[in-house]
Amino acid sequence: MTIHVRRLGRVDYAEALELQRTLVEERRAGHIGDTLLLLEHPPVITLGARSRHARTNIVASAEELAAAGVSVHDTGRGGDVTYHGPGQLVGYPILDLRPDRQDVHRYVRDIEEVLIRAIAGFGVSGTRIPGLSGVWAGPLGQEEKVAAIGVRISRWITSHGFALNISTDLRHFQLIVPCGIADRGVTSLERLTGAVVPTTSAEDAVVEAVDAIFGHR
Amino acid sequence: MSDVVMPQMGESVAEGTIVRWIKRVGDSVDKDEPLFEISTDKVDAEIPSPDAGTLLEIRVPEGETVPVHTVVAVIGIPGVTATRESSRAAVAPPSATPAKPTAHEVIQPLSSAAPSRTAGQPAPMAPVSDRLHAVSSPVVRTIAKAHGVDIAELHGTGASGRVTKKDIDAFIATRAPERAAPRVPVYQPGDDVRLEKMTVMRRKIADHMVNSLRTSAHIYSAYEVDFSRIDALRRQHKARYEAAGTSLTYTAFVAKATADVIRQFPYVNASLDGGTIVYKNDINLGVAVALEQGLIVPVIRQADGKTVMELCRHIQDLAQRARTRQLKVEDVEGGTFTLTNPGIFGGLWGLPIISQPQVAILAVGSIDKRPVVVDDEIVVRPMCYLTLGYDHRLVDGADGGRFLQALKDRLQNFSDTLL
Repeated sequence: MTIHVRRLGRVDYAEALELQRTLVEERRAGHIGDTLLLLEHPPVITLGARSRHARTNIVASAEELAAAGVSVHDTGRGGDVTYHGPGQLVGYPILDLRPDRQDVHRYVRDIEEVLIRAIAGFGVSGTRIPGLSGVWAGPLGQEEKVAAIGVRISRWITSHGFALNISTDLRHFQLIVPCGIADRGVTSLERLTGAVVPTTSAEDAVVEAVDAIFGHR
Repeated sequence: MSDVVMPQMGESVAEGTIVRWIKRVGDSVDKDEPLFEISTDKVDAEIPSPDAGTLLEIRVPEGETVPVHTVVAVIGIPGVTATRESSRAAVAPPSATPAKPTAHEVIQPLSSAAPSRTAGQPAPMAPVSDRLHAVSSPVVRTIAKAHGVDIAELHGTGASGRVTKKDIDAFIATRAPERAAPRVPVYQPGDDVRLEKMTVMRRKIADHMVNSLRTSAHIYSAYEVDFSRIDALRRQHKARYEAAGTSLTYTAFVAKATADVIRQFPYVNASLDGGTIVYKNDINLGVAVALEQGLIVPVIRQADGKTVMELCRHIQDLAQRARTRQLKVEDVEGGTFTLTNPGIFGGLWGLPIISQPQVAILAVGSIDKRPVVVDDEIVVRPMCYLTLGYDHRLVDGADGGRFLQALKDRLQNFSDTLL
């Protein structure tokens, strides 16, 4: 079974949330197959469900956020606070993990694997850091986060997913403590490669990796 | 009545945090209707109700983290009312319990045979049970309470290890009267102590070890092995292995020889299943790896079919991934015999506890130069103690000795064609 990919371009966070909600129900009902949404959000800071106190991880004041044109949104995904914005490839896999992939840790590791494979195509060696999810890259010991992961699983249907920084304005991350992790920086594919990475190339790489990891069951 | 438990959302998931209760006590709920939300790692999940009925009780509040399989709520099923009154009484927290009620199943420290703690004594730390067999029916809990029995102490024979009424009846029938002695508190209020909650891994190790000692009749034999030949072979072939990107370790030699010798002595590669002996055809060697906190035993499958170089690579890879917590479930499952290496820390020998349901475990001591007598002369040789811990229910002393003698011969005359 291959995964149906929908490239949506720029979508408001709230709109994407609603779309995911609909697709999760349709996936559960069997009206659609496994689907991957690829998109980009206007600048927004989102909070994970676990940390109702995650607002303490937003360091900027309301005025500073408004000045930067960044809104704040609560979500139903796992994880702490994160930033989405232009130049970031957001992927929301809507997959049914039943019957043979019902393991949340494995799912997160699989998403990490997708991203590691995708960025390998650009000559970037991504890595996992034990205890921290997401994909990290850079010199040993000074790795920075290139992709964030936050997942929701509703009766084994997945939603939310990952955010891979392609050419993201990294200064916007200074508004938050990404994922509540204070001592690690954030980076982007362009910063790592020193070259322009077209969004479509990054999308193609992600689609290929998603197909390899999740496509053949 | 139906217990709702913290689900295990993956093999390596040990605990979960309740993020939100979607239903309130008194609400009716349909089967498969979302009941609560949990968070594990970076994943949030919505958990459906296992049954239709009324939410009678929420035992774990929002924000609290509990081990998987902990009962988090109770659902009353319409039509099943006969036992409800008595069961509700049984599951309600005992009123005499001071301060914190037992929000979930509580196991007493392992030393306490029968917790007949009287009200007024300080409540000791109450670690939360993450064990399946602590999840039992209200009837069993009522009996347990009446007889002062800690359910967590019993071996359940029911589904998923649940303690059944038969189990608890049998336990009470056989219980020696002196086991009802009151437990001595571990500490008094005001004592200069530091309290720390056991990690899930710590509790699992503790449970597993005590369970193993209770299950197997452990006996030990020790043999001393001359490592001169292995030392020489290692020096001779080391560079070649390094060029191939791995390192030739003593552990790999021992693993190879052990796997090959096990093939000749199938009784050390077996399990007991009631009155049946189960001989395993695959030789899957578990290799214990010490972590900063705790230990884990990744498994080399079909070890006897692997070359020394393959074993070197496997051991290196598994140890590396164990220490960076990257092991997969299948890496730690299915072991049939375990190797442990107290020698790494300088230990002359170890007396290890069998990893259930296996029947034997080999401990490799440190390899040290010692004066030994060879042909009536005192010479200096690199020597090592091998200790075999085995289950006397299945393996007699002579059998253990034969296994170790064969292993010793194989190590002392290690064939260089294997390298």
